[in-house]
Order: sequence, then C-alpha cells, then structure tokens
Amino acid sequence: MTDITAPPVREPLLQRINWVDIGPFVALVILAVAGVLINPDFLSATNITNVVTRSAFIAIIAVGATFVISSGGLDLSVGSMTAFVTGIMIMFMNSLVPSMGANAIIAGMALVLCVGALAGLFNGLIVTVGKIEPFIVTLGTMGIFRALITFMSDGGNIPLDRSLREPFRPVYYGNFIGFPIPILVSIVVALIGAFILYKTKFGRRCAAVGANEDVARFSGISVGRVRTLAFVIQGICVAIAAICYVPRLGAATPTTGQLWELQVITAVVIGGTALRGGKGRIWGTVAGAVILEMIANLMVLSNFISEYLVAAVQGVIIIIAMLVQRFSKQP
Amino acid sequence: MLKRNLLAAVALSSVLVAVPAFAQDKKVIAVSVPAATHGWTGGVVYHAQKAAEEIQAAFPNIEVVVKTSPSASAQVSALEDLTASGDLDALVILPFSSDELTGPVQSVADAGTFITVVDRGLTDPEIQDLYVAGDNIAVGSTTAKFLVDKLGGKGDVVVLRGIPTVIDDERIQGFQEGLEGSDINVLDIQYANWNSDEAFSLMQDYLAKYPHIDAVWANDDDMLLGVLEAIEQSGRTEIKYALGGNGMKEIIEKVMAGDPMTPIETPYPPSMIKTAIYMTAAQFNGQAPVRGTVKLDAPLITQENAEEYYFPDSPF
Repeated sequence: MTDITAPPVREPLLQRINWVDIGPFVALVILAVAGVLINPDFLSATNITNVVTRSAFIAIIAVGATFVISSGGLDLSVGSMTAFVTGIMIMFMNSLVPSMGANAIIAGMALVLCVGALAGLFNGLIVTVGKIEPFIVTLGTMGIFRALITFMSDGGNIPLDRSLREPFRPVYYGNFIGFPIPILVSIVVALIGAFILYKTKFGRRCAAVGANEDVARFSGISVGRVRTLAFVIQGICVAIAAICYVPRLGAATPTTGQLWELQVITAVVIGGTALRGGKGRIWGTVAGAVILEMIANLMVLSNFISEYLVAAVQGVIIIIAMLVQRFSKQP
Repeated sequence: MLKRNLLAAVALSSVLVAVPAFAQDKKVIAVSVPAATHGWTGGVVYHAQKAAEEIQAAFPNIEVVVKTSPSASAQVSALEDLTASGDLDALVILPFSSDELTGPVQSVADAGTFITVVDRGLTDPEIQDLYVAGDNIAVGSTTAKFLVDKLGGKGDVVVLRGIPTVIDDERIQGFQEGLEGSDINVLDIQYANWNSDEAFSLMQDYLAKYPHIDAVWANDDDMLLGVLEAIEQSGRTEIKYALGGNGMKEIIEKVMAGDPMTPIETPYPPSMIKTAIYMTAAQFNGQAPVRGTVKLDAPLITQENAEEYYFPDSPF
C-alpha cells in the first residue's frame, strides 16, 4: 500500500505537467501496479473487464455530478434517484409487455430518460427558484426517492418481467467490438459531457457560476438557469446509468443505489474537481470512478486485509490519493 | 383508528349493559414492527397485516392494531401513542434495537399489558411474557451440514456475509460449527451488506481470485440473487451449489422447481410475526396460556416441503 505515497513528483522536469489533470490517471496506474504485486490475477482480462464494467454506473452518474459540482451545487439524491427511476422503468416495461413484447425495452428507455430529466429538474428548480442550499434540497429528495421506491416495492423487490430479461441482458453483459456495452456507454457519456463542459457556452458558464456566482451574475449569466440545467443533466445521467443497471440483476429494490451518492462525490473529487465549484474535470471523474471500484476489488483479491478492516483501508487509500494530488500541485 | 374502535367499543358496551352476561369487552392486541425498508421487513409487515385480518375475522372479540415505524425512536413514539389512546391487553413487538426499546416496553408492561417479543430480544428478558424467534445459528449450521453431506465432506467454499450485527455473526458461527470435523475449506468470508449489487461484485472478485470453487453460501437470499448472476456470467461450471438463507419467495420458487444449483433453502421466516400474533391471540381466546420462549427452527427446505414456506403474495 505504501507504493502509492511514492510517485516521483519532485523532479523538475515533471513540474511542467499539470498534476491535477493527470493525477487521477497516475493514481490509477500506481493502483494497477500495486494490484499486480498483490495478486497476479488482478490483471487478467476477465478481472479488469469486470472491474471497469462495474464502475460504469458510478462513472456515468459522476459525469453528471461533475456538472452539478462545478456549477457550485451538490446532489445527494443520485443514489435514491437511481433506485426510483429504475423502479419506474421496470414497472412501465412490465406493463407494456402484453402489448409490445420486447419493444417495451425501447419505450422503457425513452421513459426513464424523461423521468430522470424531470427528477433532476425538480431538484434544480427547488434549489434555484426556492433559493435553498442544494445540500438540504437533495437531502430531502434523497429521502423522498428512497421512500417512493420502498413504497412501490412494498419493501420487497420489483422484478423485471421474465420475457424481457433475455432481450435486455446484453445491455449489461454484452460486448461490441470486444468492449462491454456499459464501458462503451460511459465513454460516450464522458465524451459528450467533456464536449458540453469544455466546448460550449453552457459549459464555460457552469464553471463561471461555480467559481464566483456574483461575478457570473454581473457578466450577464442567468445563474439560476445554468444551475438548474446542471441538475437536469445529472438526472439524465442517472437515467442512463439506470438503463445499464436494470439488465444486470433485473430488479429494483429499496437497497438499489444505496450510498452511491457518496461514491459519486468521491469519484468527482478524486478526479480533481473542487467540491466548492469552479473547474470540472470529466475524464478525471471517470478515472476516479474506476479507482474506487479497483480499490474495492483489490481488497477482496488481497489476502492480508481482515474483512473487518476493509472499509478503513479503502478510506486510507482515498485520503492518500487526495494528499498526493494536493501536494504535487505545489512547485 | 384505535380511537374510533374504542368509541365503537364504548357504544357497543353501553348497548350491552342491558344484558350484562354478554358484556364482554373487546381485547386489543397492538402489533409494533419496523416499516418495510428491505425485503425481510417487507415480509414482516405483510404477515402482520395478514394475521390481523385473519384473527379479527376468526375471533370477533379480539381487535388487532398494526403499527409500523421507520426508526427506533419512531417506534418508541408509536408505543407511547398506542398506550395513550387506551388500555392495551397485549403488545406484540419486533424491536428495532434491543437497547433503545427495552425501557419503553418495560413501561407498557408495567401497565399490565401482555408482552410478546419477536426476533430481536430485549436486554431484560424478564419483561416479556412470550418470546418468539428464529434460529440464526441453525440457518448457518443447517446449510453447512447440507454441504458437508453433498460435497462428501471435502471441498472449497466461499461465503458472503451481511451487515456486521448479531444476526450475521450467529449465522456465520453456525456455519463454521456445522463444518467442524469435515475437510471443507472456507476460502474466504467477506461482507456484502445483504445487498445484491455488492454481492454481485464480491462474487465476481471471488471468481477472479479462486480458480476452483465447489460451493458458495450467501447468508441471505438478496445476496444470493447477485451471486447467481455473477456465476452465470462467468460461465464457470465447477460450482456445484450456491445457497442462501431467509426464505425469499424467488429462491423458494427455485427450490420448488428443483434447481440443481440451489436445491435447498433455510428459513428465517418473516412469518414468525404471524406465529407470534396467533399465539398471543390464543392467550385471549379460549384461555390457552402461552407464556414462554418459542424458538422456530431453521429446517432444511427441500422440494418436498417448500410449499409450506411459499407465500406468493408476500413481497418477500
């Protein structure tokens, strides 16, 4: 584990590199090297594919969170929202099976994107129109979405109709030109996210609003509109993650997406986006999501960590990763 | 609700004053359980409500009030509400936590109410008149004995455990006791928090780590669902058994269908609340005293007896 603390950060040549930008990727490489040393099976194609595929949900949602956080907001409701939209999607598809057969999947995907966008809009409007701290608003909606999925499932689970399981399964388990679909989906989401954040007026406004709200307002930016849109993007990302999630276990339960909000926020921050807003880093976020899943994987693959201490070791690794980034920024 | 029933009871008894011989007042049994926040408590709520309906239909002199609470403090308040609005004859309670509920239940008991405790015991067992619980140690040991028998006393197994609690510890303890004396080797035990997604990830990692696994035990059926998906995706064929525990209906269905990988199940049934309510009702109807401790066993559920543990309408 000590390998992580020793990247060669003091060489003068390396000072010209922007460490915040590449920091997450360096951490990823160091973790991978540590992984091979701990257990050679770590680098097996199956294991790496599994780990990266599993990180797709968090990565996709975290791309949305990068928008929210860089615009100075915070969304604690994403985990519950995932469970809620997943539940809606499954119930809707099940009800369409008699009339539409497997086409219900397409309809379900369309619906979940709308529901996700609306849920995000709901969060965004309460934050901006109601002028309430996003932390409190989304803490509230976190409870609301969680209670709704519990209500919808009577505390049990909402299973996907059996006839839909086989046609839908490839969306999680399938491959396209050798890559699992969820990985491709997260890459596409990140590409679009990066384009919007870096290349469009809206993206630059997001960063401006997060960096300094007053300055942004004086320069004619509609702060409320930008922030609300960031929440809508977050909602759409949650819906996309839900589309990849449903075919995996084919059910929504009250424990679906539990504590994902914390993983998402951690991924965003490990990726180099400041929690107080300002610049967002989409690719760093994606790396952050993979790092988190990789740490969890290594905990299981290693033989020397007590099952009781896994969470503590994970916490230590995350803090070390952040410290490395923090100190490597200084000349 | 209770108030209205009391009013009705008052009205009824005033009518019946004319015929004192029949002026028998209604016995009220209050049932306090955690709200449905996951599969098992969802089952508890379902069975509590079923029991209430059935008992009220069968014994018109007994009134059953079911109250669900989302947290320990909410359950304490619920107890206060229940006792404030009238005399309770009996309280059937599945406590959220032993420590926090002991005091409040004590004060209900002090008022002369018959106390039935279900599943989680109070810190002072003197308070209860009747205690009904499942056997978590047996959940582990019954499964272990099945594996010892079917694997011929040797093999490699991996285990997924739940959330660090007494329930989880007892199941693991029972499992390890059940394996004693055999050559079955437990390769790994890790927490997956009774969550199917975490169990899916953990099982994928187990499969990556161990080239040969004979059997998997997830100490709860929610986790087993994730385990089964991970095994199916891996395409590994050497795994002979993947077993769970608790009695979730999806898993019971597999047992009924004779699934080769999950041929058995061990129950820790949420229906124990129903057993407890029925026994409490027996105390008040036909004078069948029921004071004592009842430990429901965790027998092996096989294709033959699966029907008994199958509740198609329950959410769990």
